[in-house]
Amino acid sequence: MSDVHGSGKFLVGIFDDDDVVLQAVKEVKNAGVRIHEVYTPFPIHGLDIALGHPRSRLGIAAFMFALSGTLTALAFTYYTEGFDWPMIVGGKDPYSPIIYVPIIFELTVLFCALGMVGTFLISNGMGPTVKPLMYDLRTTDNKFAMAIDLSKNSIVEGDIEQILKDSGAAEVNVKQF
Amino acid sequence: MASAHAIASLDEEFEFTAETKRRLLIGIGTGVALVAIGAFLLASGVGSHETTLAAHEGGTIEAGHHAYKWTNRLWANVWLNGIYFTGASVIGMFFMSYNYLAQAGWSVAFKRVSEALPAYLPIMGLVIVATFFIAGHDLFHWTNPGLYDKASSEYDPIIAGKSGFLNTPFYVARIILYFALWYGLWRMIRNFSLQEDLHGGTEYYEKSVKFGTAFLLVFGVTSSTSAWDFVMSIDTHWFSTMFGWYTLASWHVTGLAVITLTVVTLKERGYMQWVNESHLHDLGKFMFAFTIFWTYVWFAQFMLIYYANLPEETIYYRERFSGYGGIYKTPFLVNIFLCFVAPFLILMTRDAKRTYSILKLAAWCILIGHYFDFYVNIMPGTVGEHGGFGPMEFGMILIFACGFIWVIYSQLAKANLVPKNHPMLEESLHHDI
Repeated sequence: MSDVHGSGKFLVGIFDDDDVVLQAVKEVKNAGVRIHEVYTPFPIHGLDIALGHPRSRLGIAAFMFALSGTLTALAFTYYTEGFDWPMIVGGKDPYSPIIYVPIIFELTVLFCALGMVGTFLISNGMGPTVKPLMYDLRTTDNKFAMAIDLSKNSIVEGDIEQILKDSGAAEVNVKQF
Repeated sequence: MASAHAIASLDEEFEFTAETKRRLLIGIGTGVALVAIGAFLLASGVGSHETTLAAHEGGTIEAGHHAYKWTNRLWANVWLNGIYFTGASVIGMFFMSYNYLAQAGWSVAFKRVSEALPAYLPIMGLVIVATFFIAGHDLFHWTNPGLYDKASSEYDPIIAGKSGFLNTPFYVARIILYFALWYGLWRMIRNFSLQEDLHGGTEYYEKSVKFGTAFLLVFGVTSSTSAWDFVMSIDTHWFSTMFGWYTLASWHVTGLAVITLTVVTLKERGYMQWVNESHLHDLGKFMFAFTIFWTYVWFAQFMLIYYANLPEETIYYRERFSGYGGIYKTPFLVNIFLCFVAPFLILMTRDAKRTYSILKLAAWCILIGHYFDFYVNIMPGTVGEHGGFGPMEFGMILIFACGFIWVIYSQLAKANLVPKNHPMLEESLHHDI
């Protein structure tokens, strides 16, 4: 996961078309420029592969959250019904995991869902008090923005601007955070 | 998508070689031999579980049951495999129909595989109807006329109350209707598909959507009623409102496993190179999802009965878990392991759904697991403490499975391996997830 809390000086290339930006990512990378991130209004197939992002670990996080829910439910139902205050209901064993499968299932889903919401907020740098970093407000509408961190590139600013324009950027802006 | 796909040619004929035919015939021959050995062992009394202990512990033999003969186990096996393979083949039509109705494009690349499965239906229909006429009295307690006669000592008011539905003429008419409707609608869609290969255009696609929708309406009702007729009516007193869905879920995931296994096998033999990892990934997801769906329905049925604790309902699980000397406990547990635990864990990761060997492993778990699903549902009510798993069971599976493979292969050989004029073909060839 790339560092979303960018700081410093960025060059932001603005593109009009999803096919163009996908091609531009390959060209800019071939020219030796390190791309910080690409921001798009909708998901583009193959963009994360072109950017060379490592495989998302969201699946592992989801599994861990879910597992914590399962274990919590098992521990909770066992503690209350099997240990602290056993009750016989319907002539069954005081503690029978079968009865609690719905609870175990629901807590698994709940922990997974809440955990993923939290993960989403943290990994995207969002939250009630956090001011979001917008490289260009139009990426929420119809533009595609390619952000390049100047401090992480040895190529001079003017050359990068030229490379972006050559690969199809409609405009290139400077953004300082 | 602007880029051209990398497939050189879409003209590919499946070759049903003499070698494959010979192997399938050997398989059927071996099956027949195993059934004969099993029949001989049963007829001479070897390997039967006839102990007084078992009969006492079961204690659930319904009054007025016909005397047990070894042929009961033979016919119960024919019935079991008939139901299992009917499900596996009709799901091919079900899969195509909902893909048509949803206007899904991704499945076109291997549509000919799902299209081939329902060709086994007429044979299964004949087997099932013939088995009912030959051995209906041995398999189905409700066919006993004394149950409906108030003057008879066997009179059973509960079963007599069901006679409006469970009577032989209506039952046979229903079974014939199921197979006629399923096969007839498949025939229509198959013909449209073959015509589309010759003439192209969207006309056949539009028609297929209509007939596919008609099939879904028909199957929505008949999948439940056929489950009651084929399986639930064996335990005549018992009933479950979940049973139709439960059997549909079992059939569905079996059919998906057959489709996946066939696609992977064809790819391994060099066919269907246009089917890419994304198609396999989606098939894996389908198996994974409907494995969970089956478990959900299975568990919902089990838990409601466990919780409510009504004697007339719990007897069903009691028979399977501890009845008849406990001989159904192992299949019962194997069923849950192979139908849920194994495929759930095997298919969980992304890489697993894209690896041939792991997909095949999961598909085999599902196929074997759901055989035991129907085994556990059918055997206790038909043969009770005389059940078991021996040469006869193995042989019968082998006969039915080799016949099924034969039919699939001969259908695949009849047409180009991809419906090359299907309007959604380009989308499917570019499938990327």
